[in-house]
Amino acid sequence: MNVITPIGRSLTPFAARLSGLKDADRKAAAGELARVGLPTPHVEAWHYTNLRALSGRVFSAPAAGFDEAAAQKALAGILADNGGLAGLPRLVLVNGAFAPSLSSAEFPAGIVFTSFARSPDFGTQTAPDRDALVALNTALAGDGIRLSVKPHVNAGRIVFISLAMGLEEDISFHPRHAVEVGEGARLSLIEIAVTVEKHAGAYLHNPVLTSVIAEGAHLTHVKIQHEADQAVHLATVYADVASRATYDSFTLGLGSVLARHEVHVTLRGDHAGVHVNGAQLLGGEQVGDITSVITHGAPDCISRQTVRNVLTDRARAVFQGKVLVERVAQKTDGYQMNQALLLSPTSEIDAKPELEIYADDVKCSHGATVGALDEDQLFYLRSRGVPDAQARQMLVEAFLVETVDLVEDETAHVILLQALEKALTERVGAPEKTA
Amino acid sequence: MSELLKISGLHATIDADGTPKEILRGIDLVIPPGEVHAIMGPNGCGKSTLSYVLAGRDDYEVTSGSALFSGKDLLTMEPEERAAAGLFLAFQSPVELPGVNNANFLRTAVNAVRRARGEPELDAVGFLKAVRAATKNLSMADDMLKRNVNVGFSGGEKKRNEVLQMTMLQPTLAILDETDSGLDVDALRIVAEGVQNLRSPNFSALVITHHQKLLDYLGPDRVHVMAKGRIIRSGGPELAKQINEEGYAAFLKEAA
Repeated sequence: MNVITPIGRSLTPFAARLSGLKDADRKAAAGELARVGLPTPHVEAWHYTNLRALSGRVFSAPAAGFDEAAAQKALAGILADNGGLAGLPRLVLVNGAFAPSLSSAEFPAGIVFTSFARSPDFGTQTAPDRDALVALNTALAGDGIRLSVKPHVNAGRIVFISLAMGLEEDISFHPRHAVEVGEGARLSLIEIAVTVEKHAGAYLHNPVLTSVIAEGAHLTHVKIQHEADQAVHLATVYADVASRATYDSFTLGLGSVLARHEVHVTLRGDHAGVHVNGAQLLGGEQVGDITSVITHGAPDCISRQTVRNVLTDRARAVFQGKVLVERVAQKTDGYQMNQALLLSPTSEIDAKPELEIYADDVKCSHGATVGALDEDQLFYLRSRGVPDAQARQMLVEAFLVETVDLVEDETAHVILLQALEKALTERVGAPEKTA
Repeated sequence: MSELLKISGLHATIDADGTPKEILRGIDLVIPPGEVHAIMGPNGCGKSTLSYVLAGRDDYEVTSGSALFSGKDLLTMEPEERAAAGLFLAFQSPVELPGVNNANFLRTAVNAVRRARGEPELDAVGFLKAVRAATKNLSMADDMLKRNVNVGFSGGEKKRNEVLQMTMLQPTLAILDETDSGLDVDALRIVAEGVQNLRSPNFSALVITHHQKLLDYLGPDRVHVMAKGRIIRSGGPELAKQINEEGYAAFLKEAA
């Protein structure tokens, strides 16, 4: 490899795996990475999120195969914890590799499934030359899911679970997922990322998901990221939304020491809509980053972003939201709101809204709020006999529930609420179980 | 015990831009069990401050005096301990709790109080039965339980929600801070009936009001006139009538 001195962070953690690639796409991506390195805080898009957690380690490719019994047990636990999941068709990956033995054998009519390993295709939506983490994924992608829904089919809900296990040494996996929703079709994708057992080894989960939502189609994409502290999660999602189509997404960030969920949405046809909503509940030394780039490339489109963060200890959240309104995109309606509850003096939120508008008849607003719990609300609850700690927890939950309530798919909504309540219970003790 | 609440020489201040401002300047008040007392007085005389201090709001500093509730020192208790002990404050401006379901809120409160009182908690069915009966009495629509606490409620709905909470929490002393303000005639009657339904030898109320109307419904045992942080006159229900006809001017002059 013709290595020019990188201006970015060293590629040593992945160097061995990046050399000797044969496929043209992978080779080009590795070449691009070699040129720029992994991003440092000097790269604007990574100014607030430092990848130092990757340095000083060497991430191997995951071993083939896994402990079937342990995986089955973990899966059963996840299904038991999340009422409503068990009956749904599911796709399971272990350390980034599709695991047929854990997944549904058949899918409802109108859904075509294959794995990336079986039928590798990087598609045309991503830009490895502009995003180093996408380049890393492109160079090292081993497997992933590829789903397509035929036109005018209501495909219902599909659960998509990513398990990390058997982590004896530092590993990284870079799954490549693709979803296509045909004209007038509907799909709800419920994505859950968890660590099965805790080990000394660190791991990097670096998925890329590309999606194409055809005219009048609807994709709900809900993600619950609840990996262990040993994990670094760096995800990039692309969505191309056609005329009158909708990409309705929600990310619940609970886990891993460092997580970034980066979303690139292009509204390509008129009257298309997108929701990039999310919530993060972070403590300890966690860093959680929700970054979005929404391009209004057609008139009369709507984009909505509501992200709320609850931070304790020394946790830090990052919100970067860019809205680009192209000249053609008249009557754009864009809204962006980032809010944070800082529950400790050492927690921090960095919010960076960016509006770039070339059309002259648009409505775009953005806002950010940062604060502590409301003393009036706290006193009101306590005056009704609710003990202080429980009152605080109720208010934290309420703050986050308000964003979860934006998810229209009922099953996804319930699963998100359960995950949130469980996370709150784990963090601050059992709440009163109410009706 | 003939004194459910005994307030003696109570002084309290609030922080006003770094300097303490005295709002309560020596309150003396005794409420026996089963009695309804009214406090009337011009705006800014300290009526709401008194209710907040009794409920345990920490914006105020008690500088001297005492308040005994069923013989216990009320002022050293946390707000939730006061609620468990049987004190209830109906807020003049009930607080909105976005994202908190009204039914969940009520059940959490009821069970927290029951737990603290050593009573068995209500399960979902038992709670629902009790709350349905209470909402019916208050002519409240069922959907008010499904909505978020006080969010988007009209003024009257908020006040009814306060009375609903009071009914469910079964206090021995309710402080009603201008619960009648902003209510139309029908809503006022419903709220008054809600309070009347609770009347028993084990229930007392301290009613802060500007209006004769609510007192007509409740028939107070005693009426106190408050001005400049003190109770300047106490008497029977006829005092309220006199204020209604003559205003506070005569009392203020007399006290000065």
